[in-house]
Amino acid sequence: MNAESAPFAIEARGLAKRFGKTTALAGVDLTARAGTVLGLLGPNGAGKTTVVRILATLLRPDGGAASVCGYDTQRDAHQVRQLIGLTGQYASVDEGLSGTGNLIMIGRLLGLDRRSARARAVELLARFELADAAGRRAKTYSGGMRRRLDLAASLVGRPRVLYLDEPTTGLDPHSRNEVWAMIREMVADGTTVLLTSQYLEEADQLAHDIAVIDHGAVIATGTPDELKAQAGRQVLSVTPVRRDDVAAVAALLAARLDTAPEVSAESGTVSAAVEGGRPLPLIVRELDAAGIELAEFALRKASLDEVFLALTGQPAPAPSADAEKTPELNGSPR
Amino acid sequence: MTAVVPDRFPAPARRLGPLGGLRNSFTLTWRSLLKIPTNMEDLFSLSLTPIMYLLLFTYVFGGAISGNTHTYLQTALPGILVLSVVFATMGTGMMLNADITTGVFDRFRSLPIARWAPLAGAILGDAIRYVISIAVTIGFGFILGFRIEASPLSAATGCLLLLVFALAMCWFSALIGVLMKSPQAVQGFGYLLMFPIVFGSNLLVPTSTMPGWLQAFVKVNPVTYLSDAERALLVGGISAAAPVERSLLWALGIFLVFAPLAVAMYRRRT
Repeated sequence: MNAESAPFAIEARGLAKRFGKTTALAGVDLTARAGTVLGLLGPNGAGKTTVVRILATLLRPDGGAASVCGYDTQRDAHQVRQLIGLTGQYASVDEGLSGTGNLIMIGRLLGLDRRSARARAVELLARFELADAAGRRAKTYSGGMRRRLDLAASLVGRPRVLYLDEPTTGLDPHSRNEVWAMIREMVADGTTVLLTSQYLEEADQLAHDIAVIDHGAVIATGTPDELKAQAGRQVLSVTPVRRDDVAAVAALLAARLDTAPEVSAESGTVSAAVEGGRPLPLIVRELDAAGIELAEFALRKASLDEVFLALTGQPAPAPSADAEKTPELNGSPR
Repeated sequence: MTAVVPDRFPAPARRLGPLGGLRNSFTLTWRSLLKIPTNMEDLFSLSLTPIMYLLLFTYVFGGAISGNTHTYLQTALPGILVLSVVFATMGTGMMLNADITTGVFDRFRSLPIARWAPLAGAILGDAIRYVISIAVTIGFGFILGFRIEASPLSAATGCLLLLVFALAMCWFSALIGVLMKSPQAVQGFGYLLMFPIVFGSNLLVPTSTMPGWLQAFVKVNPVTYLSDAERALLVGGISAAAPVERSLLWALGIFLVFAPLAVAMYRRRT
């Protein structure tokens, strides 16, 4: 296998992994084209972290094989390790060392001489806005700073393939936007990124391709737009001006679209899935005839959240505080 | 089946030479040393623990056991050296465990470095911690009135023997570090195992008043041999040959059992 015949920076075929009686992966196929972001989405315990650990040579699969830039993750592990950068779900920086110390250590481990390692550390700390905290122990860093240091640590060796395992879990919106901006910058530089996330918005923002994984198997793949189209249908949202009309609107949509519409009690918005555009003019005419004034009449694509629900049968996890203690990283039960 | 990489990137190296692995280990040793001065708690416990042992045992037990504190210090200080160093080996397991549970070791394992470098680097760094512990104990003991009565060469041999024994014991600690779930559990479980071994010996007290079954245990306890060896090498008066030989044999045995076990468990856990 070589770069010509393998245009994929990451390629996994039939990955299987069991931990005791638990099947973590039951045959996962994945590909990521060079220079793109592949989003790996799935609920807790779906197997996302296990996939990343196999691709990062930390774990051997029980079945199947994976390669990075054409190098096998088992047979050519040493080469693969020279090509990848890894950022764990929990920041794996050494809390007892300063920001500078952490980056110099990694530079030295990667074979840089003392001066180059220091220069690279200074450069990365500046780029990740950590120059002011460079001399402080990482233990004193905030969550966002730690995550940025972790990201910087994974970039010391200028990796061609970067694994980001839930890079923004537990971050506030500001830090999250910063991390997103940095990921876009790296991709612009030609890095291939594998991004795992529970947040559909994150994948929607960053990923060129998405693979949805559940119970250790890939259940859907495609671009964000394709996935939205796959889960169907478009969604019609109608909001009457007067609250009294909500029930009438709901009844009308139910009759014309042959489905039970969803009514939001707060906004008074009635939404229902639409198959094709045919009944829409009819609905507008009937609403008009009934004398219902409209505040909103909108047709939109299904959100990734709705896709997720359709595919996995459970709602996407809410980006809430308890994401911080997600068991997924150690998640591969030991 | 050679992998071809697009031209603008250099092809990754096939393997790392043994020199590279040694360099990795030294970098990781540098890492543990860098943490000693920045980590106040660590520096405190490393240097204050032997001082506290010395003060406590000398002035609380000294008079009762030996009649006066000076006589006691001459027999107890070699024992306190052993005690400080053996307890200090628990640090190896705790730091190893912290590296595993925080994910620092995962980062190491994703880097193109020698597989054994993180373990070797950590243990090499610990050797320097043991030297600090030995230096503080002897130095503070000197202030309290302890005097080395044997030749400097003999005393240096004593320190070296301590170091060798500690480097064997730290593999036992490493095994606990790999098996336990948290650094706190390592500490708790480790001390639980260490206490009877350390104190069930002639380390601090003469054994003549102990019950027979305990004396039987004391007689085979490696800590007893090591304490005797240190007394012989630092203070003199008794023959060093037999206790030194047995201490070395014990160190070798501990290393041969626990080093492969620790490495095997480390591989299994990750």
